Amino acid sequence: MSSFTPSHPAGSSDGKGSFVVDTMRDRFAPVISRLLDEDPRVAVVLAEIGKDGFREAIARHPDRVVNVGIREQLLVGAAAGLALTGLRPVVHTFASFLVERPFEQVKLDLGHQDTGAVLVSAAASFDWPAGGYTHMAPGDVALLDTLDGWTVHVPGHPDEAETLLHHAVAAGDDKVYVRLSVQSNRQGRVIDGRHFVTVREGRAGVVVAVGPVLDAVLAATAGLDVTVLYATTVRPFDAAGLRRAAQAAGTDVVLVEPYLAGTSTAAVSEALADLPHRVLGLGVGRRELRRYGTVEEHVAAHGLDAHGLRERIGGFVGAGRATARV
Amino acid sequence: MTTTAHDSRTYGYDDLPGLMSLMTGDEKHGPAATSTLDVLWVLYDRVLRVTPERREDPARDRFLLSKGHGPMAYYAVLAAKGFVPADWLPGFGAYDSPLGHHPDRVLVPGAEIGSGSLGHGLPIAVGSALGLRAQGLHDPAVWVLIGDAELDEGSNHEAIAFAGPAGLERLHTIVVDNSSASHARPGGIAARFEAAGWSAVSVDGRDHEALHAAFTAAHPGRPHVVVARVEPKAG
Repeated sequence: MSSFTPSHPAGSSDGKGSFVVDTMRDRFAPVISRLLDEDPRVAVVLAEIGKDGFREAIARHPDRVVNVGIREQLLVGAAAGLALTGLRPVVHTFASFLVERPFEQVKLDLGHQDTGAVLVSAAASFDWPAGGYTHMAPGDVALLDTLDGWTVHVPGHPDEAETLLHHAVAAGDDKVYVRLSVQSNRQGRVIDGRHFVTVREGRAGVVVAVGPVLDAVLAATAGLDVTVLYATTVRPFDAAGLRRAAQAAGTDVVLVEPYLAGTSTAAVSEALADLPHRVLGLGVGRRELRRYGTVEEHVAAHGLDAHGLRERIGGFVGAGRATARV
Repeated sequence: MTTTAHDSRTYGYDDLPGLMSLMTGDEKHGPAATSTLDVLWVLYDRVLRVTPERREDPARDRFLLSKGHGPMAYYAVLAAKGFVPADWLPGFGAYDSPLGHHPDRVLVPGAEIGSGSLGHGLPIAVGSALGLRAQGLHDPAVWVLIGDAELDEGSNHEAIAFAGPAGLERLHTIVVDNSSASHARPGGIAARFEAAGWSAVSVDGRDHEALHAAFTAAHPGRPHVVVARVEPKAG
């Protein structure tokens, strides 16, 4: 455990001298605090991490903002109990301590008990590289994929995080995961909490960029004749959106995900099950790097910077064309 | 007793062995099933303010069976009190029966939680107590039943250590102690709750009057645990 607060600014400099100074997580407590004021069903459950942001909210709503201490099994179990009495719990800590450590509570106390909650994680795959592997959770979305009924939002900008947090809390008693990160695209886009957004259209393949990898994907695919879809909600997977894109751009599909590589390849294959197709799943590698350093260094080490992506996407799409011509 | 019981018939404590005998099959948790019988009966007969008609009432008392192993006594009591029809009992464990060897709240009317994996009930009960309090429902009580060996699970200790300092007065835990924990010390159960600020009472888990007194003892500002000792688990 650690009291680390990500301070890496979203996008850092935009090259014009101004700074995007806040992170997705900076939006989290203010957004949820407003929802606490507006909606008597909303409750917040914390395990120390993130409590400072709720100092005012806890004074206004002492019974609906609960910090259980460094107790992550209780964090999720108590959220289930709150939900059983009719509340809408919003549960927050780092992804590794929210999904991985209490995974059986996620599976049973929310899934098997047929209750719902909004799980909001921070720290993502490697938001704090100097913190090491104990604070990295590249497998969080893949783990949730073993369970039924989860909605998974992966915002790529603080503005999108705000939108998706509102969608998540408003989603009845659904089980919703919101994956916040200090990694961010330079600008937010208009998203609806369900569908992929077409950012660029081409005819020689579809690249699905998930959340904060979009800027790198756009740089990597500059000059390539590919469609770029932007996904901020990956479960349920927008199969219809992918199929529409594939009608014009073909069924060579590259996924670029900011978590474990290949997490959504099965979803792509299912979407295109009746069509011949090729899929390349890019993302965070499975192998533990045992490196500290910066986010940028880890992005590059996993081949997720523009250069690394360009090489692999270009090779895959080019090989597809060569095959098609044979 | 008759096994063609009508749903509206009234069952008493003496009918419970007969109801349990309706549940046949290779139920391997036999001794555990009866360790909870008296506790469950006293609770449902004299303490819990919940009925089949009130099972959706936000102001009802909640009973969470965390120790889901050996649920025959639980099903028998639920049948006796009209939550489940007695004619469901013979199907115990069958594919199309709602009554499994661990209860499922989605399938069993009156079951507040599904259980089976140990150590989940008490944290959920903590959340239920918090949720009721947050909604201004200060009257309903939350009860959770766990086993002495179930206390091995660390998740319970997260809940115990939180609930005392949080002053969850409407939270009640019953530990049925049939000495089944492999590593335990005399008096250790109550001591651990007391160290976390709980009110604690230890009683004979077969003595209905003692159980009732322990269940209804005042515990202002603190959660309450009743350690109900029964004969050691056979085998």
